[in-house]
Amino acid sequence: MRNVLTIAGRELRSYFVSPIAYVVLTGFLLLGGWFFFNLLARFNLLLTIYSAQQNPQILQRLNLNEFVIAPLLHNLSVVLVILVPVITMRTLAEEKKAGTYELLLTSPLRISEIVLGKFLGSFVFVAIMVALSGVYPLILFAYGNPETGVVLAGYLGLLLLATSFVAVGILTSSFTENQIIAAVSCLVSLLLLYIIAWPADNAGETIGALLRYVSLTEHFAQMVKGVIDSKDLVYFTTVIVLALFLAHRSVESIRWR
Amino acid sequence: MLEVRNLTKRYGDIVAVRDVSFSAAQGQILGFLGPNGAGKTTTMRILTGFLPATSGTAKVAGFDVFTESAEVRRRIGYLPESPPLYGEMTTESYLRFVARIKGMPKAAIEDAIERVVKLCGLEAVHDRLLGHLSKGFRQRVGLAQALIHDPPVLVLDEPTIGLDPRQIIEIRSLIGRLAGQRTVILSTHILPEVSQICEKVVIINEGRVVLEQDMAALTRGQSLEDIFLHAIAKESPEAAGVSSEQQG
Ligand SMILES: Nc1ncnc2c1ncn2[C@@H]1O[C@H](COP(=O)(O)OP(=O)(O)OP(=O)(O)O)[C@@H](O)[C@H]1O
Ligand SMILES: [Mg+2]
Repeated sequence: MRNVLTIAGRELRSYFVSPIAYVVLTGFLLLGGWFFFNLLARFNLLLTIYSAQQNPQILQRLNLNEFVIAPLLHNLSVVLVILVPVITMRTLAEEKKAGTYELLLTSPLRISEIVLGKFLGSFVFVAIMVALSGVYPLILFAYGNPETGVVLAGYLGLLLLATSFVAVGILTSSFTENQIIAAVSCLVSLLLLYIIAWPADNAGETIGALLRYVSLTEHFAQMVKGVIDSKDLVYFTTVIVLALFLAHRSVESIRWR
Repeated sequence: MLEVRNLTKRYGDIVAVRDVSFSAAQGQILGFLGPNGAGKTTTMRILTGFLPATSGTAKVAGFDVFTESAEVRRRIGYLPESPPLYGEMTTESYLRFVARIKGMPKAAIEDAIERVVKLCGLEAVHDRLLGHLSKGFRQRVGLAQALIHDPPVLVLDEPTIGLDPRQIIEIRSLIGRLAGQRTVILSTHILPEVSQICEKVVIINEGRVVLEQDMAALTRGQSLEDIFLHAIAKESPEAAGVSSEQQG
């Protein structure tokens, strides 16, 4: 565990001296703010229209959770698909390029400690990103009354989603010494996992269900609705563990060649 | 202490190391010589557990490099061909990081850093970013990194490359002083360095060992240059023949 923390600590500190990390963090928060502002403006507009029409049924259905926070979380998840690969691309690829991989692999560290340390370091950075984007819902709490439980479930969903992205990013970074290749292959894998359920409605019953199960979006959408189901938690855990296991194998494979 | 038996390493079609065997006794400094591309770095990478061999075995401090890799890695200090530095770290924080991943107890780390900083003449750059250091200082930090946990076996891939003359002399005498308790294998292209500090010489050419001898027995009468050129020329006639046939 001490070794995992050593690796993770070094990784995290290196983020905070790298311009890429700041660009990603700023970009993420700016885009989040833009989404938030527009969603809120639209919500206000709807509110004015339906109040003027004196339509109590619709007014009742207008709530901050469904009209602002849920779409905000979905938008942020798409941004994370693009930005997390940029955060994770350097983890192992850069070590190979710089020759420091040789230091890590010839030290008494276990490969699992290297992989977990890298994962933990990137996870903490991404978790900070997600947490900072929490200021937008917090603003809503100051001026309105969204349902706390639903917001928290949605944010847990976003964090789990981001953590799965990080695990996949570590995996693709372990394949190559080229950061661009690591980032692009991570992005493509994540997009695929994101949209894999698209043909589910046309596909047969079993295949449709399978596609829906594999899709990240479906599980995330459940949590955004405020439903924390063990089935979704198991899904995210499976993705994370599987990706890290494969990353372990990939780092280890230098020993078989 | 260090024993290599019938080591072979292929990269696809290229055979980088063929059937290499040699050994070094405890406390010996072994000079590992050979022209560019001879397979020195490859052999060292296998010894340190970074690369697997295609076939053959190697033992370091009595442990098998392949089956007891963790034990071997604990006992080795390794300076790779290019110093493994993180550009965004300072000299001191880097050495602290290395000490930790080498498994040093917390209490011993600060003293160890002080010791290697002094040993390798890093006082002036101890809080500079590694990415801003000159080549010679990068090399010295690489050496400090290999020495920090005071390992019984040192594997140094061209340790004096890029150093200034004064530092070369200092590092050489440092390596000389290390011997006695520690086993050192160092590769170099500087032959006088070998005659000065090494007790044993292994010359490798095109992946094959062409000479393994104690220094004392070797230099009687002949200079090391002559011996080196003679040793690597032995293999060449057939190689030269093949290439001239291809050209013709
Ligand atoms: N990763 C690799 N893939 C393919 N071939 C390689 C690889 N690494 C080394 N080689 C080849 O193996 C041979 C031995 O290389 P090595 O680096 O061990 O030589 P060396 O003796 O250290 O040379 P130098 O004195 O230039 O450092 C060379 O022909 C080299 O091209
Ligand atoms: Mg070399």
